[in-house]
Amino acid sequence: MTEHLKMDEVQPRLLDETGQGAITRPMDRPEGPLKVSGRATYAAEYKAANMAFGVMVRAGITKGGYSIDESSVKDMDGFLGVWTDHMIRNSAQGMMDTNPVQLGQRVQYLGQPIAVVAAETFEQARHIANRLKVDYSPEDGDVDPETASQVDQSVALDQGDLEQAMKDAEFTVDSTYTTKPHNSAPMEPHASLAEWDGEKLTLHGSYQMLKYNKNELADSLDMDADDIRILAPYVGGGFGSKLGIAAEAVGAAVAAKALKRPVRVVMSRQNVFEMVVRRTETRQRVRLAADKDGRLTGLGHDNRQSNLPDEGFSEPVTLATHFLYGGENRRYEQEVARVHRMAAGSVRAPGEAVGMLALENAMDELAETVGIDPIDLRVRNIPEIHPESGKQYSSRSLAQCLKEGAASFGWDQRKGPKERREGEWYVGMGVAAAARTNILMESKARVTLNPDGTALVETDMTDIGTGTYAILGQIAAEMLGLDPSKVTVDLGDTDLPAGSGSGGSWGAASAGSSVFLGAKAIRAKLAERLGCEPSALRLQDGMATGGNNRRPLAELMEGPIAEEGHIEPGDMSDEMQQAGYGAHFAEVAVNSVTGEVRVRRTLSAMAAGRILNEKTAASQVHGGMIWGIGTALHEAIEHDPRTGHVVNNDLAEYHVPVHLDVPQLDVMFIEERDDHANPMQVKGIGELGLAGAGAAVTNAIYNACGVRVRDYPATPDRIFPHL
Amino acid sequence: MKPFDYVRAESREDALRADGRVIAGGTNLLDLMKLEVETPDRLIDVTRLDLREITRQENSLRIGALVSNADLAADETVRRDYPVLSRALLAGASAQLRNKATTGGNLMQRTRCPYFYDTTQPCNKREPGTGCQAMEGFNRILAILGTSDKCIATHPSDMAVAMRALDARVEIESPTGETRMLTLDEFYLLPGDTPEKETVLEPGELITAVHLPEPPKGKQAYRKVRDRASYAFALVSVGAVIDVQGGKIAAASLAFGGLGPRPWRNADVEEALVGETPSDAVFDKAADVLLADAKGFGANDFKIPLTRRVLKAVLSDLTGVSQ
Ligand SMILES: Cc1cc2nc3c(=O)[nH]c(=O)nc-3n(C[C@H](O)[C@H](O)[C@H](O)COP(=O)(O)OP(=O)(O)OC[C@H]3O[C@@H](n4cnc5c(N)ncnc54)[C@H](O)[C@@H]3O)c2cc1C
Ligand code: SF4
Repeated sequence: MTEHLKMDEVQPRLLDETGQGAITRPMDRPEGPLKVSGRATYAAEYKAANMAFGVMVRAGITKGGYSIDESSVKDMDGFLGVWTDHMIRNSAQGMMDTNPVQLGQRVQYLGQPIAVVAAETFEQARHIANRLKVDYSPEDGDVDPETASQVDQSVALDQGDLEQAMKDAEFTVDSTYTTKPHNSAPMEPHASLAEWDGEKLTLHGSYQMLKYNKNELADSLDMDADDIRILAPYVGGGFGSKLGIAAEAVGAAVAAKALKRPVRVVMSRQNVFEMVVRRTETRQRVRLAADKDGRLTGLGHDNRQSNLPDEGFSEPVTLATHFLYGGENRRYEQEVARVHRMAAGSVRAPGEAVGMLALENAMDELAETVGIDPIDLRVRNIPEIHPESGKQYSSRSLAQCLKEGAASFGWDQRKGPKERREGEWYVGMGVAAAARTNILMESKARVTLNPDGTALVETDMTDIGTGTYAILGQIAAEMLGLDPSKVTVDLGDTDLPAGSGSGGSWGAASAGSSVFLGAKAIRAKLAERLGCEPSALRLQDGMATGGNNRRPLAELMEGPIAEEGHIEPGDMSDEMQQAGYGAHFAEVAVNSVTGEVRVRRTLSAMAAGRILNEKTAASQVHGGMIWGIGTALHEAIEHDPRTGHVVNNDLAEYHVPVHLDVPQLDVMFIEERDDHANPMQVKGIGELGLAGAGAAVTNAIYNACGVRVRDYPATPDRIFPHL
Repeated sequence: MKPFDYVRAESREDALRADGRVIAGGTNLLDLMKLEVETPDRLIDVTRLDLREITRQENSLRIGALVSNADLAADETVRRDYPVLSRALLAGASAQLRNKATTGGNLMQRTRCPYFYDTTQPCNKREPGTGCQAMEGFNRILAILGTSDKCIATHPSDMAVAMRALDARVEIESPTGETRMLTLDEFYLLPGDTPEKETVLEPGELITAVHLPEPPKGKQAYRKVRDRASYAFALVSVGAVIDVQGGKIAAASLAFGGLGPRPWRNADVEEALVGETPSDAVFDKAADVLLADAKGFGANDFKIPLTRRVLKAVLSDLTGVSQ
């Protein structure tokens, strides 16, 4: 049986009634010991009998035709073959469900995957890929987003008269901010092992959204999706880069089919920097018009970004700008320059990650201009209703996050620029709001309760390092009155019920709701057997109580009870403006000689509905803040000005924060339930921790030393000349 | 990676006889071999050789070529008498790398110019005559001093900067068994027309040790500016030894990282300081001398003013003058 719920109306708060105590508590991840002891098997670690090794070949020109010269390598040791069939230009965009762009024998950016080589050993394959002679017929192509000849323009919103509002305003800000492109840089590179059995393909991969990935792979290979099984029980980080099928999966499948033997292809770190997707660079203009009290009367947020020709994705830069603050006159323009740089796509918190750097920096500028506290300014500008659609907000504890966070952080100790100095260092504090749209996605899961008091949860949902194993087990345990250690969770297999996949911060809420519903159906059966109303049923520690009856579960069951849960978004998504909110605080020190910045401590006060596991949720916020530090201070892909290729394509020169860059990160959760979100009253938190985080850092830089950084990242050379 | 022969040298004679490329910690060479920037036919593993000692000799400290960066940084004598070296080592790479990286290998590490690493790109150092793609490309981390119209790469080592400031000499053994000793200025070549040739080391020669002279008088410091707090190469670094006597600078030794194709030292800078009463103006003069011929290539222009600031801050610290 399937328990189906379309989220058309508010649901009762069942999880406040259950009382097992499995949920919310900071439970360790059950698979943690496997991971830290190397026993969790990742895609690149699977071996198959008679396996061959594949390596992707990268294009050496920016644009043009190519042909490979197989004879240049066919006598090399271990050579098994080289293929260009079905090559995809870049990874599929999230939820594309179809094949990415396939160009045939054409190159559209330097670094594009153009062939796969297979050999008996990995080292041989890599050597062959290096030596393969490729004949090119190069053509000119635009690589600079600022001067590109093809630019797609759109006006996302034009409400009221922003120009006039700017003229009439008591205070205005009109600033331009730039952000550099970012790489997801997951610890585990993309990897696939492809095995064919006749027409059936099994792929061990590292992917976030298996039900879509299966279709994308099938479409790329011109085959039937029913003949594909993808397994991804462990994924070593994705951050958007594994939303869609990537080149190595197609390459492994093509080579394995031709060779009639299993083929494993693992991307090198350099491949991950080029062949997948980057976050676009942006140039953003933010205009704020405010009355004498700092209340917004107008808000403009324009951006220019880039992508390859024919790539559908654009960074939704203004995602949070739409609903975070009020102001009746609003205008957003977007330009997408078509350039021959690697594809742009989703990187953690697409939209907010860079959009809120600009918006929250601009709000700090406005606070300065108006002469009021930045927290006060933000609280004043929290709108009653959605300033564009007029919708009501669901739960929204933004003001509380700002105020309680400020109290806990010691915001009242904040001084003005250059007023606090310790030796060579200027010290200052900054704040930024966080907001991330909350999304519910269709998701299915099967829950089985066994008479021995154990349970099994099954779905093709993935755990990309986020804690899915933990929270799905906790939800089932809470609903069924079991200790979480009694629940086994099986994930990452397309033969299991199709889950939401991991992306857009919706995984916990969506996949979790399907588990909740499956377990709810089991509760209904148990209530019936106990002879009580489902609402009267209490399940705790393997005992069922209800209607004056108290029986061990085993006595109520003749065999296992298996139920499928199925959640679908409904009217609540359309009718209510749903988002997670928060406030980030940072204290930084800026070196007065060199302009080097060190973050000293941070606090993130977050409100994301019911928290399913305080530990995994806090880890998400920690990760978000670390990304915030990276985007604020040093992460930047550099494209060559002539070829457009990624110049710093390794982790030595693409600077993610290292331990010494990351200080004590504090997190506090504001108690909240979101009744409109899903039957668990949960909102997403995976990206909320990143939204705005970097702006808190640059706002703190301003407060420390009076240098307003508008071009990210704030490397020393952007600061010291102004000190 | 191109297939290669592997020879494990059991003795120095073995190593000097075998015709091939020396590998020590492998932290730089292996990365370059994977990318086929380096394609040696034969590797001679020297890690079994008896070159792991730090020995105090008359008037000098002899550091075996295989002493790891971690061990050298932690050595008691080095920490006490040559703190600039210990600091420089600890400012480099990561703990894992420092455990593997050796003294000889560190001196011989190649540039981090990103175009040097990418075999699809022209690079005079990797493939002489193909051109320098960095000059008009992304050159943020590259050199402002000592460049040529063929190459603007920097030498990335921190250790070598401190050694340069300490007047270290490199002990080199040739296949015929002769030993020569060179200062780092004699050891490293400027790019000129042959950027592919970085040192005077001849094929078959082996670095056996580095010698530090008597500990210098005065105070020592190593200051490194980088894009993140750790695990990044220097944008600018300064290794300094300054002795102040009777209110005047009695001796000065200054070497710089991140600026040039070799650990940079300019005797005129030191001359501008010695005999002077430390002051902001004197420090500025020293910076003027250092940067007189400095030339930026766009993205690295900022290094010129940054170097001045860092040099002055280091001099202020070591002489006790507040800026
Ligand atoms: C990610 C990363 C970050 C780094 N950051 C820094 C940094 O911040 N600062 C810094 O200074 N360094 C840094 N390094 C570089 C590191 O210090 C060097 O890789 C290391 O010192 C090289 O030593 P090795 O013994 O591993 O050399 P190998 O890789 O073994 O050899 C390097 C070269 O030296 C030659 N060689 C080795 N020993 C001898 C010998 N005895 N005689 C003659 N030739 C010899 C080899 O033939 C080879 O050409 C970094 C490296 C990496 C990978
Ligand atoms: S600077 Fe030197 S190493 Fe870099 S591309 Fe130019 S020639 Fe090559």
